[in-house]
Amino acid sequence: MTLPAALAEIVDDFAALADPDKATLLLEFADELPQLPDSLQEDAMEPVPECQSPIFLSVDASDPAAVALYFSAPPEAPTTRGFASILHQGLDGATAEQIGTVPPDFFHDLGLASVISPLRLRGMAGMLARIKRQVVEQTGG
Amino acid sequence: MPVEFDSNPAFTAFAHPERLVSTEWLSAHLGAPGLKIVESDEDVLLYDIGHIPTSQKIDWHLHLNDPVTRDYIDGEQFAKLMSDKGIARDDTIVVYGDKNNWWAAYAMWVFTLFGHEDVRLLDGGRDAWMDEQRETSFEVPVYPATDYPVVERDDSAIRAFASQVLDSLGTTPLVDVRSPQEYTGERTHMPDYPEEGALRGGHIPTAVSIPWAKAAAPDSRFRTRPELEEIYADLDPKTPTIAYCRIGERSSHTWFVLTYLLGFGNVRNYDGSWTEWGNTVRVPIAQGEEPGSAPGKN
Repeated sequence: MTLPAALAEIVDDFAALADPDKATLLLEFADELPQLPDSLQEDAMEPVPECQSPIFLSVDASDPAAVALYFSAPPEAPTTRGFASILHQGLDGATAEQIGTVPPDFFHDLGLASVISPLRLRGMAGMLARIKRQVVEQTGG
Repeated sequence: MPVEFDSNPAFTAFAHPERLVSTEWLSAHLGAPGLKIVESDEDVLLYDIGHIPTSQKIDWHLHLNDPVTRDYIDGEQFAKLMSDKGIARDDTIVVYGDKNNWWAAYAMWVFTLFGHEDVRLLDGGRDAWMDEQRETSFEVPVYPATDYPVVERDDSAIRAFASQVLDSLGTTPLVDVRSPQEYTGERTHMPDYPEEGALRGGHIPTAVSIPWAKAAAPDSRFRTRPELEEIYADLDPKTPTIAYCRIGERSSHTWFVLTYLLGFGNVRNYDGSWTEWGNTVRVPIAQGEEPGSAPGKN
């Protein structure tokens, strides 16, 4: 398991909680998803079709030593916002290399399957895959 | 004892107006004895960011499915779920949810498999309630446990299985309620659900394509009866009909529309749907925009 320290800490926090508290923590993450900067219009961002609700993400890997991530999802999609916020807090500012080595199934270790159902977790896999792809495209692999 | 029906004139043209309630009616009846409100959403956390006061969450994925077998819970599990939620067998259940009552209709269909008599949908679902800025609550209510009877699930009336679909190809009309891209075979999974994909794309031969969401108006409420009759003009209310989609949730919505709004006499939901059919060896599949014909029955 090679996770950037911030993401590893989030995984540990979730793993330590009982189910009802996991849901509460995911909602807290959803609330903490930062607003988009004015410079980024939603319609210019990349939609993630694996997600069950509209979400947009944008990756700025112009500095491979500190990749910037931007997400936007509507308030009526708290699960999607929670996923986005975990990835934001766990990976924003990480290096391109660190993001590249995050296991695509790391979210299993959050232990959320019994809280939100395994199928719903796919949204997070979709988001992570897109982030990785954009990082590779912008840094030339 | 059932709670009085909603006599809203918007519903009177429907075949079974007693299966719908309006936001106004629900507001006026909050806390009525014998009324239990259930929220069933696609987004499982939505209930927790504010819900209709006194409502309880029942999640299709987590509560209504057997954890091991690909099937619904059994009579004992259902009785326990209802008892835990404080729902009595003769209570009126109003179900509502996000995205045009997509998953709310699925929950209602499962309740109906167990013969719970009085289940209604909130017309417009969660969106209508929130758009009108009606009262919401964060409180998760706990009701005294009931002694809900153990009733065996009856799959015969409103549920169809793959073998029955195969045997009745060409004689029982089928309606495919998925997106047009799924119907033609361009897509092997729903735009947002790669996990629920299939090895083959296309549709069951003879099925007509009528995407489920056509039944909902932009405000999430059901369209009027004349509009619905036009949308479903390819189907005959007097002929037994089977609806399917990907895992049975969108077709539950269509089951509700055909059965309760248009008065079809016999509609079954094939919940195995495309995830089963598109992964099954040697069953016939049609691709493209034409329904296609049943093998050997041209």
